[in-house]
Amino acid sequence: MALDAAATTEAPRPGTPRDESVRLGDVLRSLVRWETGLVVLLVLVFGIGARSSSEFLTNYNLETLCQNIGDIAILALPMTLIIIVGEIDLSVASILALASEMLGYLTLHHWPLALIFVTVIVIGAAAGALNGFLVTVVGLPSLAVTIGTLTLYRGLATVALGPQTVSDYPTFWTNLGVDSFPGVPWMSWSVAIFIVLALVFGLVLHRTSLGRRLYAIGLNKDAAAHAGTRVGRVKWGLFVLSGVICAIVGIMYTFELDSAGENIGIGFELQVVTIVLLGGVSIFGGRGTILGVALAAFIYAGIHSVLLLSSGFNDQDFPIVSGGLLILSVLIQNAPSYVRRAREWGRRRQARRRSVRAEQPG
Amino acid sequence: MTTFEHATEATPDDASQARLVEWVLRARTFGIIAVLALFVAITASIQSRFVDANNIQFILSQTSLYALIAVGEAMVIITRNVDLSVGSIVGLSAYVSANQFGAHPGISIIAVFAVGLGIGLACGFVSGAIVAIGRVPSLVVTLAMLYIIRGIDTIIAGSHEVLASTEPSSFNSIPDHTILGIPVVALVVAGVVAIAGYYMRSYRSGRDLYALGSEPSAATLAGIPAARRIFGAFLISGGLAGIAGVLWAAQYATITSNAASGLELQVIAAVVVGGVAIFGGSGTVVGAALGALLLQTINSALNVLGIPSLWTDAISGFLLLLAITLDRIIQIQQAAALRRRRVRLGA
Repeated sequence: MALDAAATTEAPRPGTPRDESVRLGDVLRSLVRWETGLVVLLVLVFGIGARSSSEFLTNYNLETLCQNIGDIAILALPMTLIIIVGEIDLSVASILALASEMLGYLTLHHWPLALIFVTVIVIGAAAGALNGFLVTVVGLPSLAVTIGTLTLYRGLATVALGPQTVSDYPTFWTNLGVDSFPGVPWMSWSVAIFIVLALVFGLVLHRTSLGRRLYAIGLNKDAAAHAGTRVGRVKWGLFVLSGVICAIVGIMYTFELDSAGENIGIGFELQVVTIVLLGGVSIFGGRGTILGVALAAFIYAGIHSVLLLSSGFNDQDFPIVSGGLLILSVLIQNAPSYVRRAREWGRRRQARRRSVRAEQPG
Repeated sequence: MTTFEHATEATPDDASQARLVEWVLRARTFGIIAVLALFVAITASIQSRFVDANNIQFILSQTSLYALIAVGEAMVIITRNVDLSVGSIVGLSAYVSANQFGAHPGISIIAVFAVGLGIGLACGFVSGAIVAIGRVPSLVVTLAMLYIIRGIDTIIAGSHEVLASTEPSSFNSIPDHTILGIPVVALVVAGVVAIAGYYMRSYRSGRDLYALGSEPSAATLAGIPAARRIFGAFLISGGLAGIAGVLWAAQYATITSNAASGLELQVIAAVVVGGVAIFGGSGTVVGAALGALLLQTINSALNVLGIPSLWTDAISGFLLLLAITLDRIIQIQQAAALRRRRVRLGA
């Protein structure tokens, strides 16, 4: 849906002398990578945080920051791949909720923990597989499918546990949720897991032929198919992967909160999509890096932490900041095309004026 | 689908593609009405109070809220965009407009409606401008706006809630007025649906929305002002959601900053179940309104049959998926039928 609207305007223009300045601009632009900007922004955010509050760089605050971002950052990894192939998964928060509610439901029914983990992960995989089936086999737009499953999965989660909350999980696991990573007092377990997963995702995306194929699918899926990539199967696999990771994060998040309730993870999809697009991944597909997304996750967490430490900020208002960041990221990514459009518009106007002058007698 | 295949056989060979498409659309409308009738009949036979005057009035006033928003949402989806922010617009408009009675005692109800409309138009203006001029996908813009508008709502409202006692009784009784047993609000909304339906069918700018949705680049080359039309669709969607917010306040009386959250999913489900293609370019606002009626009837039937309201979300999500899947299957079959006919004609 409308995702490909702007991607088609990228065609290079034939080189006339007039275009010299454009080409120079292109060279400059290639020097300034999105990730470079993100590093500067990250330093800026943490610098502002350190200057504005002495609490900012304490172990306690940094661990809270990590607690807040770890789970969302992990969800951003499969979302990155899905957006790179030109699709989207809005149902992530609902799969997370479904996993969390099932964890609660099965705990109430005294299932052994190992069996619960397996069951919940299988449920996540099945949820992702349904998304993938509807997108790749039936051929529906992922936006519509995942809006539907967003409602469906959250609805099923509500049905599974009803209005009750479960909070008697084994203390071994709930302690892991709040403890810092051994030896690194400022880091949470979730961020440690994120870093490991980010390395794996980064290697696959940037160093394997499968990774290159994901970009190919995002840039032109017909060309990718003709070049021998099974586009449908790859996309389906990504949705299943997303479902599995959502289920795992659902388990982690439940242990961190030590409770499972029906509203768990509500609004996570906004934060995940914001981090991915802030990380420089193009919403039109075919562009983006894991490094960018990882940087964006910590920038996002840093901004959140700075705001939390400043007086008069209410955490409930943070969605306004997320939403603003989301729109800004895409507007900035689109900026070169605005410049081009403005220039084309100016040229057309000039040509029109010239032709009017030519028509006038004398 | 079986009825559809039957139709392809029955149409004479010289029938145009347009006629076939029109037939499918009409079949869709009748399909909804048939499902609706079946549903009402079954539920009524189990529990007769489902069809008593009170419950019908309740369903109709509930439906009018959703149908009003669905009209705007349908116009946006027809242009191959989506507006996820309508639930938040309804919430903000409901809170701010209901709060006017306390803030400005003696304010007229018409002024309160104007406040709601203004809020809706402002939200639609922002989304529409960023989508149409900034060329940011509507999914991204309205997902962000969903949370931004809700955030503004929480800043304004805090934990405060508007109580029914601060609102004049003439305001809270708006949903109760009936003519011949039909709620006045439902009649007004039916009028809005009819006007929007006529506009989309017979006005050039209305047809432009369909053209933009079925093939954006061709529509732009044909000289259709894409940005202006899409902007207009978002403006209308926002404005209608704003008015629906005031009606929401009148109906529920006690309003918190959480009002109507998640409503957008119900509305999109109604629009899609009502036959508006999620790919854009086809469907009618009348169908969208019927979709809203069907969903509200189902909700009420579940309620009457004693099925817990917990199931509401799961069912509307399931119906949305079912509707888009069926649409897709029909579309594939239709394309195959057209191909077969072309072969038969030796074209």
